[in-house]
Amino acid sequence: MIIYGVGLLAGCMLIGVYAGDLVGLLFGIDANVGGVGIAMLILMVVSNYGPLKVSIKPITAEGITFWNAMYIPIVIAMAAKQNVFAAISSGWLAICAGFLAVALSFLMIPILVRFSDKTDEKV
Amino acid sequence: MSLLLDVLEKNALITAFVVVALVLWFSNLLAKKLFAGKIHGSAIALVVGLTLAYVGGLFTGGDKGLADITMFSGLGILGGAMFRDFAIVATAYGAELDALKRAGWIGSLSVLVGVVLSFFIGALVAIVAGFEDAVSVTTIGAGTATFIVGPVTGSALGADSSVIALSIAAGLVKSIVVMIGTPLVAKRIGLNDARSAMVFGGLMGTNSGVAAGLAATDPKLVPYGAMTATFYTGVGCLIVPSLLYFLVSLVL
Repeated sequence: MIIYGVGLLAGCMLIGVYAGDLVGLLFGIDANVGGVGIAMLILMVVSNYGPLKVSIKPITAEGITFWNAMYIPIVIAMAAKQNVFAAISSGWLAICAGFLAVALSFLMIPILVRFSDKTDEKV
Repeated sequence: MSLLLDVLEKNALITAFVVVALVLWFSNLLAKKLFAGKIHGSAIALVVGLTLAYVGGLFTGGDKGLADITMFSGLGILGGAMFRDFAIVATAYGAELDALKRAGWIGSLSVLVGVVLSFFIGALVAIVAGFEDAVSVTTIGAGTATFIVGPVTGSALGADSSVIALSIAAGLVKSIVVMIGTPLVAKRIGLNDARSAMVFGGLMGTNSGVAAGLAATDPKLVPYGAMTATFYTGVGCLIVPSLLYFLVSLVL
C-alpha cells in the first residue's frame, strides 16, 4: 500500500529530527544538528542495506517517490514565501555581506574538491 | 466573486497546489520557447516565485512573501520547513550511500570552512560599516552564516534587536543569492557530481538556498548537498557564539 511508503518516510523523518534535537541538547545549543541528514541516512540504510533492510514493493515505493517528485514544487512554494522585500530593502551592509559570502563560497568549491582529489591519491 | 475568494481561502493548501502548478507550467513553457532549453524551467520558476514573494511583501508589509495574502496562505504551508524537510528526506531514496561515505570527510570539512568563511566575511563587512563592539560584529557575522545562527547568537550575546534584524537580512540575502546564483555558475565551478554537491551544501549551509539552488541545477544532486547543509546551522550555533565570538573579542 502507498501509505506504507509514506509512513516509512515520515517515521524516518521524525526519528532523524528527534535525534538531531538530542545532539543539539547534548552540545547545549538551541538548534537541531543534522536531523534531516540523519533521517536521510536512516531511509537509505533501511531501504538498501544489511539486516535492517525492509523489502519495499513498487507500490510502497510510490509513497516515497511521490514526495521525491514533489520536491521542486515545494521549493517553488518556499521561494514564494521568502521575505524578499526585507532582503532587498535591508540596505547595503546586509546585501554586501550576503553577496560576498556566497561569491567566495562558490570559489571555494573547486579548491576543496581539488584538495580532496590530492588527499585521496595519497591514501 | 467573493464566494470564489472564500473557496480559495478556505482551501488554502489546495489553492497553493494550483498556483505552484501554474507557475511551473508557465516557467517550463518560457524555458522551452523563449530560452530554447538553455535555462532550467525550475530556475525560472524560482525567480518567478521570488518575484511574487517580493510583490507580496510590498503589498502586505508582512514577512512571509506572497503567503501573507490570505488567498495564498497555503504557500506558507506547502513551502514551510515541514514539507521542505519531508521532501528532502524523500530524495535520499535512491541516493548512493557509497558516494556519501567516500566524500564524507571533505563534506564535513566544507561545513567547518563554510561557517568560518561566511562568518568572517560578514564580520569584516560589519567592521567596514562602522560597528566596533564584538557583540554586534559577531551577530552580523553569524547572520551571514545563516539567518538562524544570527538570532541564536545575537540573543545569546545580548545584541541589540536592530543588529539582530540586520543579521537576519544578511542571511536572507545569502540564501536568495544561492537560489538564483547556483544554476548560473554551476558549470564554471564544477558542480556536477555527488562530491562537489556535498562540498557545495557544506559551504553554503542555507537549507532553503541549497535546496532551491540544486533543484534548479540538477535534482539528482539534491540529497548530497542537503545532507551536508543540514549540519551547517548546528555547527554554526555551536562555534559562533563560543569560539568565533572569543576570537572577535580578542581583536576588537
